[in-house]
Amino acid sequence: MDQPNILVVDDEGDFLETLMKRLKKRNIPALGCSSGEEALQLIRESPFDVVVLDIKMPGGMDGIQTLKEIKKLRPETEVILLTGHASLETGMEGMQSGAYDYLLKPILLENLLEKMAQALERRGGAAQRAQSERLRSLLPKG
Amino acid sequence: MDKNLYSRLQTKIILLTLGVSFAPLLLLGGILYRQFAAMYVEKIREQIHFRAESRADAVDLFLAERTAILGAIADTHSLAEMANEETLASSLAIMNARAGAFVDLGVIDQHGTQLAYVGPYDLRGKNYFDQPWFGQVMSRGVHISDVYLGFRRLPHFIIAVRRQERQRNWVLRATIDPEIFGRIVQRGQIGKTGDAFLVNREGILQTQPRHSGNILEPSPVKPALFGKQTMVVDGGLLGRPGVLFAGTWLKSAEWLLVVSGDVEEDMAQLFSARTLQTAIIVAGMLAIVLTTVLTTRTLVGQMIRAETRLREMDAQLIQADKLAALGKMAAGVAHEINNPLAVILQKTGWMRDLLEEEDLRKSPNFKEFRDAVLKVEEHVERARKVVHDMLGYARRMEPRAEAIEVNRIIDQTVDMLENYARNNSIDIQTDLDPELPRTTGDGAQLQQVILNLVNNAIDAIGQNGTIAIRSECAGSEIRISVADDGPGIPEHLQRKVFDPFFTTKSTGKGTGLGLWISYTIIEKMGGKMTLQSKPGDGTTFTITLPVVPPPPQ
Repeated sequence: MDQPNILVVDDEGDFLETLMKRLKKRNIPALGCSSGEEALQLIRESPFDVVVLDIKMPGGMDGIQTLKEIKKLRPETEVILLTGHASLETGMEGMQSGAYDYLLKPILLENLLEKMAQALERRGGAAQRAQSERLRSLLPKG
Repeated sequence: MDKNLYSRLQTKIILLTLGVSFAPLLLLGGILYRQFAAMYVEKIREQIHFRAESRADAVDLFLAERTAILGAIADTHSLAEMANEETLASSLAIMNARAGAFVDLGVIDQHGTQLAYVGPYDLRGKNYFDQPWFGQVMSRGVHISDVYLGFRRLPHFIIAVRRQERQRNWVLRATIDPEIFGRIVQRGQIGKTGDAFLVNREGILQTQPRHSGNILEPSPVKPALFGKQTMVVDGGLLGRPGVLFAGTWLKSAEWLLVVSGDVEEDMAQLFSARTLQTAIIVAGMLAIVLTTVLTTRTLVGQMIRAETRLREMDAQLIQADKLAALGKMAAGVAHEINNPLAVILQKTGWMRDLLEEEDLRKSPNFKEFRDAVLKVEEHVERARKVVHDMLGYARRMEPRAEAIEVNRIIDQTVDMLENYARNNSIDIQTDLDPELPRTTGDGAQLQQVILNLVNNAIDAIGQNGTIAIRSECAGSEIRISVADDGPGIPEHLQRKVFDPFFTTKSTGKGTGLGLWISYTIIEKMGGKMTLQSKPGDGTTFTITLPVVPPPPQ
């Protein structure tokens, strides 16, 4: 398996664990962590193409703060915000801080993969484009 | 609304006002009347007092004149001259010419024998020695007798004077015409019932009274009650209530002149004043009653209307507060539900992933498992939809501000639903005000509201019915109403229809969010949404929107 270039950050353990298992089953090189601080540590160590970030994480850094830090460290990172919270203000703030898009929980894996593919495509490198193609191929046809 | 409370209040105000107004009115009327009546009675007493006095003076004058002229005749003639009946007759003629009322004239010697007499009776030679008056005149010189029958057997009285002539006394005696004398006394009889008469010390009538008794009979008047001065005595003391008696002792005779008057008769004027006063007071009281009742009714009516308005406003305020709180809570709950839903969805996804594997596919229960997973996902989707509807409301925090034409939005909405309605034999009628002004708001949201209302109306009717949509301009407001002739909403549910998750539709058919979202949309536009419903008569939802002119470009 390649060096993981996708990072999933969510404080909901069950959610993170299952999502990681499903990504792994599809051979998607992803890494998971459960806090903003941890995520920043990982990003400092090595870059990620796409970060899936939960906005609301009680205790510790919240998603928006983490997003701003990520953009400071590695501005090229595409961040997909994930939220069970639905206030327009938070979404707008996230987009203004440089997030690629935001998705509402609960979410089907297929939708998330689609969004990841789009983000990878936008990253632009040949490797990312190839990975994007592969992700799309996993989606049900039609 | 406590109607009882208000009718009690109304009664209280009316009674209090009437009490406060009537008490001084009646008190004033009563006191004035009493004072006036007392003054009037006093005046009547004074009048009767005056009448008695002046009548007594007239009678005294009459008697004094007769006594004087009799004295003068006696003084200017000797016994010898007077004993001559011719002289006596000419004297009587002079006396009658000067004063009048003399009936006869007699000369009596000191032994009581009548020496000479002129007059209509045959009294010559009668002896008066035993008559009470003879003793009196012999000792006092002048005497006016009580009325008595005497030898002639007729009520009369006499005036007698004694003359002393060379150690010999003789008496000149004249009888006064009781008719003429009676008339002088009776001139004091005033009015229909007023009386005037004379009594002696024993209370024996000396003249003919108008009422009660005859001359020489005892009178009800007790002379002992009257003092030296003229006095007025209430008839109650004499067994004649309501009558006043004024008595004056004559100066020239031992007689009491009594003038009586019926108070009731004299008070007739007062009674008519009293009738007038009573009429004025009664009319005043009627006017007060009428004014009080009308004013109080108007007042209480206004209070009832004000309270009804206040209650309505309160109810609307409470409704708005409740819905705002519920909105916040719903948003919070939605978020708390989304996270577990996300986990569930991932878990089922994982299960689906695993079911794809060869060994599980061969399991006899594979189909059951797969169906179960799909069902779970289906219901997660249902829950997600409800939550997203709510969050959708939360995302609508800032509606767009654009010029909207309410009539066009209504027409579009009706177009969308017309086929569906027709399939259910439901007629949608519109009555739109062509003069409706444009307003500012989010057209898509308003359309959503109207769509929701018409949809609800169709659902409420079911089959066969009419939906009437009206728009009108009411002052600075636009009023939109959607009325159906469906079964209506029971009263106890009417307050709940705007609550989130309140629905009468079967589970899965409606989320119960439609009216709540509609309500909050209208509220955010600065409007109001109300409903009127009567079970059996259908339901009318009314939207009131302020007319907001579009901002200048």
